[in-house]
Order: sequence, then C-alpha cells, then structure tokens
Amino acid sequence: MTIILELRGITKAFPGVLANDHIDLQLEEGGILALLGENGAGKTTLMNILYGLYKPDAGEILIRGGKAEIHGPNDAIAHGIGMVHQHFMLIPVMTVSENVMLGVESTRNGVILDKAKVAARIREISEQYNLEVDPDTYVKDLPVGIQQRVEIIKVLYREANILILDEPTAVLTPQEVESLFRILKTLIAKGKSIIFITHKLKEVMAIADTITVLRAGRSVGTVLPKDVNPQKLASMMVGRDVNLVVHKNPPQPKEVALEVKNLFVRDERKNLAVNGISFDVHKGEVLGIAGVQGNGQTELVYALTGLLPFEGGEVRVLGKIMRSPTPRQILERGVAHVPEDRQRHGLVMSFPIYDNLVLCNYYLPPFARGLSLQQSVIVSNGENLIKQFDIRAPGGQVAVSTLSGGNQQKVIVAREFSRAIQLLIASQPTRGLDVGSIEYIHSRIIEKRDAGTAVLVVSSELDEIMALSDRIAVMYRGQIMEVVEGVKASKEYVGLLMAGIHPTEAQKAAALAEKATEVERVF
Amino acid sequence: MEEKLKKTGQREGKRASALVNNLFLPILAVFTGLLAGAVIIAITNAAALTAWGHFFQSPLKALSATWAAVASAYGALFLGAIGNPKEIVAAFQNYFATGQTASLYKAIYPLTESLDTATPYILAGLAVALGFRCGLFNIGAEGQFYVGAMSSVFIGYSITTLPWFIHLPLALLGGALAGAIWGAIPGFLKARFGAHEVVNTIMMNYIAELLTSWLLEGPMKASGYRPVTPTIQVTAELPRFFPAPLRLNWGFFLGLAAAALVYWFLFKTTLGFEVRAVGSNPDAAKYAGMSVVRNFVMVMALSGALAGLAGAAEVLGTDLWIGQGFSAGYGFDSIALALLGNSHPVGVVLAALLFGALRFGATSMQSLAGIPIDIISVIQSLIIIFVAAPEIIRWLYRLRNIRIEQAVLTRGWG
Repeated sequence: MTIILELRGITKAFPGVLANDHIDLQLEEGGILALLGENGAGKTTLMNILYGLYKPDAGEILIRGGKAEIHGPNDAIAHGIGMVHQHFMLIPVMTVSENVMLGVESTRNGVILDKAKVAARIREISEQYNLEVDPDTYVKDLPVGIQQRVEIIKVLYREANILILDEPTAVLTPQEVESLFRILKTLIAKGKSIIFITHKLKEVMAIADTITVLRAGRSVGTVLPKDVNPQKLASMMVGRDVNLVVHKNPPQPKEVALEVKNLFVRDERKNLAVNGISFDVHKGEVLGIAGVQGNGQTELVYALTGLLPFEGGEVRVLGKIMRSPTPRQILERGVAHVPEDRQRHGLVMSFPIYDNLVLCNYYLPPFARGLSLQQSVIVSNGENLIKQFDIRAPGGQVAVSTLSGGNQQKVIVAREFSRAIQLLIASQPTRGLDVGSIEYIHSRIIEKRDAGTAVLVVSSELDEIMALSDRIAVMYRGQIMEVVEGVKASKEYVGLLMAGIHPTEAQKAAALAEKATEVERVF
Repeated sequence: MEEKLKKTGQREGKRASALVNNLFLPILAVFTGLLAGAVIIAITNAAALTAWGHFFQSPLKALSATWAAVASAYGALFLGAIGNPKEIVAAFQNYFATGQTASLYKAIYPLTESLDTATPYILAGLAVALGFRCGLFNIGAEGQFYVGAMSSVFIGYSITTLPWFIHLPLALLGGALAGAIWGAIPGFLKARFGAHEVVNTIMMNYIAELLTSWLLEGPMKASGYRPVTPTIQVTAELPRFFPAPLRLNWGFFLGLAAAALVYWFLFKTTLGFEVRAVGSNPDAAKYAGMSVVRNFVMVMALSGALAGLAGAAEVLGTDLWIGQGFSAGYGFDSIALALLGNSHPVGVVLAALLFGALRFGATSMQSLAGIPIDIISVIQSLIIIFVAAPEIIRWLYRLRNIRIEQAVLTRGWG
C-alpha cells in the first residue's frame, strides 16, 4: 500500500510545555489510523499542525512522498486534507446546503447563490458514501449524529482525500457511533484515508487499521489492533499498568436513602422529559441509570438536585418528603451532586481552586463567620483536598480554567466527596476523561459506597454502568424500562432495553443474537 | 522546608506579576490615549499646521511648532489639574513660616478641585463596577445619579429644623435609597421576567432625566424664573475642608470609604462570594445553592445606591443646588472608568482620580492654551477603546504573554 501522508519529526513547544516532541506518523492510502492518547498528550496539537492552524518548530509534512508546505487551512484543503472538529463548526439557523457551501459558494452570474447545484452535489455525495441527509433542512433541527454527517459532507464537498476526525464519538450515542463507523468503512472502501483521534480504547480496537499511541507529546509506538488488547493500549497511553476493571466487594445494602415516586419533569423547552418514574436507592449500593443520552436522565438528575421543578410526584430524601426542592435544601440534606456538565454547573472557571472547593459550603462555619469569609480556613481546606485527591496544579490559587479536564473533575469530586454526605448523585462522572482519571474516579465512587453512602450513577457509557452498578435501571423515553440486578445483567440485554425493546422480547432477541453470532458491539 | 520556601516565593512572584499585568495595560492605555490626543492637538493647531506647510523649507520649525502646541496644551492641563509644584512648595513654606493661608489655598486650589471632581466619579464608578462583578451591565448610573441628587436636595432644603448630625446622614441616606429603588426596578424586572437590564436601565435614565426637568420647572423650583432648586440648608451640607472657593469636602472621603466597603463586600464576605460566582457562572451558582435572581436584585439595588450616593455627594458637597443638566454625564463616564479600573475598587478609585484631573484640568487648558474642552472627551474615549481592546495595546507595543485578568462583564443579551 502507498503512504499518502507522512509526518516526520514534528516538534511544537508552547510556553512551558513541549506539546509535540519529534513525532513521526504514517497514514496508508485507504486506511484508518487511530491517534490514541490521553487528554493533553498532544493529539489535537499535532492535527492542528497538519491542518495549518499551528506552525511547527521543526519537522516536515509529506503528501504522497512530496514535501508539503501548509501555512493555513486553505493550504491543507488544497492538499486534500479535511478536518471534522470535535465541536461542530455549523451555523444552526442555516440549511445543510448553506452550511456546506459556506466559503465555497456556487453562484450564478457571480452574485446569485446557486443552491440547487449545491443540493444536487450533496445528494450525489450522500448517495456515494451512504451519508443520508436532506440538504434543505435546517441544521438546528438535526440530531447531533446527523450534524456530524453534515461536517463530513462539508469536507467531502471540498474534495478531501485525507479526513481528520477529532474525537468524533465524544458527542454521539452508541447507535450513532455504530452508524459513524459504518460511514467510515464506506469512506475507506471508496479510497479515502482517515485519521481518527480518540482516547477510547474499544473504538480503536473496532475501527483502526493501525494505531499510533501518543503520551506526553511523544509517540510511544505504532501497533496493529491484532497485536494488542485494550489493557496493553491503556498502559501504553498512561505509562503504567491500569485497572480497566473496577474491583468491588458485594454490596451491603441498608435502609433506603432516596425514594422517587411517580416523578414527572419537564425539560427547559417544557417538553415532558421524565414521564412517571419510581425507584429507590439504598445506602451502601450503587444504582446505575443506563440509557441513550436524551431519554430524560439529565432532567431526572436536575429535578433530584433542585435545578428543575417537579411537574408531579414526590421524592423522599433520607426520610424527608420533598417536592421541587431548591438546590440548597438538597445540599443541606446531605446530598452530593457531580454534575453532567462540569464546566457549566460544577465549576466557576475563573475562580481559584480554593474557592471552587468551598462552592457549596462557603457560607457555613468554619469557612464563614457571620458574613466574613475565613480565607485562611478556605486555603488550608484547599491544600488538604488538593493533596488528598491528587489534584495536579501549580497551586491552589490558580483559576480552575487552567486545569486539564481530569483535574477539573477531581476538584468537583474532592468538593462533593469531602462533605458529610449520605447520598451521592453522579451524572456522567467520567465523560471526556482519560483512562487514568476514570480509574481514579471509579475507585472513589466504590469507596463511598463501601462507606455506606447511597450512590446514584447516571451514564450513557454502558461500560461504566456495568462496571459500577449493583442494580441497573434502564431509561427510555422518560420511563424506566426495567431494573436489573447488576451481576445478572448481560450487556446485550441492557443494550436492547436502552433501544426501547420490551424486556420479554428483549430476552428472546438477546438469546437469538447470542446463538447467531458473537457480534462485537461497540458502546 | 526549603521547598516550601521556594513554593511561597513562587506564589509571591505570581501575585506580583498579576499586579503588574493588571496595572500595566491600563497605564499603557492611558499613555497611548494621551499620545493620540497629542496628535489631535497638533493637527488642529493652526500655528503647527502652517509650520508643517513649510516643512521642506524649515523642518525643525514644524517640529518645534508642534511641540509647542502639545506642550502648552498638556502643560496647561497639568497646571489646571494639579497646580504648579514650585508654587505649592513655596506656599507651604510660606504657610509654615508665617501662618498665612491665602497663598496656600490658591496654590492647592487645582489639586483640591480635581479631587472634588473625582468624588462622584469614584462613587458612580463603584456602582457600575459592582454590577459588572455580578454580570450586570448597569447603564442606569446616570438616572440613579439624578434621582439620588434630587431626593438629597429635597431633604436638604425642605427640612429646616434638624441638627446637622441627623440632617446630613438623612440627606445622604435619602439619595442612596432613591438610587437603590431606581436600580432595583430593572433588577427585579430581570429577575422576575428576564427583561434585559441594559434596555431597562436606559429607559429608567430617560424617566429620571425628564422627571428631574419637570420637578425643576414645577414642584421643586425655587422662587425666581430660572429652573433651579432652592439651596440646601447648611445642616445638610457635607463639611468643606477649606474656605470658598475651595470645595473639597467630606464627600471625597465618603467615596474612599465606599471603595473600601465595596472591596470588603466583594472579596471578604459570603455575599460578595455569591455575587462574583453569579457574575462568573450563574449556572454553577445555582447548582451550588445560591439564588441567582436574588443576587441580581440585590446588586442592582446596591449599585443604584452607590450611584445615588454619587448624586447626593455632588449636591450636598459641591453644588448645593440643582439646575438643568447638572450631571455632566457622570453616570456614563462611570461606565468607562469602571472598565478602565477593571471593575476593581482600587482600579476604580485610580481611574476616577485620573478622570477628575482630566475633567477639571481641561477648563484651564481651554482658558490658558485655547484648546477646546472636548479634546478631553476624545482622549477619554480613546483610553476606553484601548482598554476595551487590549489587543491594540499588545500589538502597538509588541507585548506577548501579558494577560490582563479581565473581570466578567456581561454575557450578551441572554
């Protein structure tokens, strides 16, 4: 096979950090190269160099063996390189056609936009690569998975041969991931070459032809999927042995800490998102709520933690009945909340670490005496927690915005776990984190359970639910399909429940599926 | 032990560099504003322009004429704002030698008047800065200034039987309270109905100004045909430090005390912690159990109270009565100086002192050097542009890696 793209000795330093240190990389024509590494390993920097957004300090880029000068995205596009960013660069109030033609508009007589021509070309691309999308719908009306297709079409419309996808699965549901992978297979079958950036091991195993692992700005090796397993990849990524399996003892459930009765919640757009849910969580157990993103889990957690009002029903928290509690009532009841969106809800990004560590109890002694904040107590509390929870930062006075995602999450975990809590509600506790941080946070959650705390974990990562939960409740369209015992649950069964297939049928289907083939499902 | 020392050393270093960063860019902005002002003075000066017309015959003459124009303008500005240093020293020596005060008062007149002009700037600037800290854009300082001044003046002239230690605090309180109500209304509208405070504070400004006009024409008009209020009672006056015409009074120290209080409130109290959290990230504030809407109303009321107090101090200390258009845009300039001061109380005080000096010095610049007073507005505006777009400064002076820690202002029109 021919090498379509080669990077040689790419080096890039930012003030205080060597982001890329002599990285070599080869992409075969018609192949998928996975670029694997933890957050901050230098993956995105490397791709931004390739796309012309950064200028490398050293090193060269070769395309089909010839040296390429790339000084900006326009050069990259001219060389047939296209990038699908992690955060989509789409204008929601414009149609698919308008978004695709943005910057390369087709016109009639020089001024009038030729939308028909663009739409026709989009249909052509759609058909060729199995990228179904209607050119005339508005982007804002499309689900995330389809928006990503639009991004891919945009790249193909500019006739790219090398596609860079930056963490493309971070925002997708398991089904959307599968559909994306089918698209990628089609693309390579038609001769395109792909660089796939990720930190998710299973995805790499499922889709990549070759894998290049980056750690702390260096390439630690290029391997083939058949020669490695997730365990090996994880230790390459992190630089030490990693526990992918959460070790835990059987649960010792005690009295009920959280009792939810017939709860209804409307989302921010006033649609009924939680549709009559009942369940309970005991002290000393982990109840996991599984489900594809957008089936009411977010709203359920918001209601339980006081961020959204109840539409109906009631909740009993540690014996006390509450209807539409305020966040403070919930907090003072001994509930900790690790929020789904850590930067929106969990942290004040411009505040120092110290202040973020007392965000929920700054007004209580010993942190305040009357109106007066006790700065020295806040600082010493912060120093203790930074040490205890291994938060890596130049100092407690720096703004949390300067920390990596994993360390930001540790700040939240440190704050929430260090209070006297009896119920822990953790929503997507490890989203976007690297393997090392995931391992750490999982072990802390199990530690809390073993100390007798009731734990409610909500996650759209089925692996995470399976690893942590003693019981699993599957949510689908605002309702709970079924609550299954964690030890008895099979991944296929829970997966079918997540897709909204009724338990009895699901049992039959799962049995059939198991007999038929050993399908490697990627969640 | 050694490591610990090293660590604290680093921390100190970091703090020092943050201070440099926070001061450095505003100072460069002021400097650049004055430089740009010099160019404008030069190109609007007839003598300098004529000299440039003969540049090729006598280039030195063109340069010297330009220099003369700029130097005379800024020289007059300095004399007008601060005074003549030599004269001040001589006057002090004379005072200590002979005890004569006449020459001393004359020498310190410009400086004291600049401080007096800075007083309403300090208070109104604090008002806007406090709003910024909570993510609120209080454009209504002008209106709050008006209603504060009007109620203070009313209390000041209408009550005649109170001793000063009751009358003066009452008049100040009346001003602050009126401003607080004027600010709290848009705050409440935002909290309850989500109405944007920028729109509503602007509307409240119109109401305040027109209300003032009506009151001056009718209910609060003094006898005579001019639309002015009666002069306040002596018991309501903020005591002055020196005999007339020096007007520097207790209001200046009231402003400094307010700055200290705002600093304490923002950075040392639980309430201030909430205000800053709401201002930086209202979602996280709500998550943490703070009431976002209550903070909106509280901060708008406090901000209004400070702006109202600015009006009160102006009328009780300096003007003693109110006529049409008496505010001279204090409320609007205060937005600019809150930006220049990076919404920090210390920064606001420094910016207010600068604005006070520029404003008062401009009068002498006009009379001594014949430079129109409006040039000061141009310079002020340029300074604000440079502060609001620090990239310009960074580009002009080829600065890298100097980051200004910007306080959160507002988050769009949500």
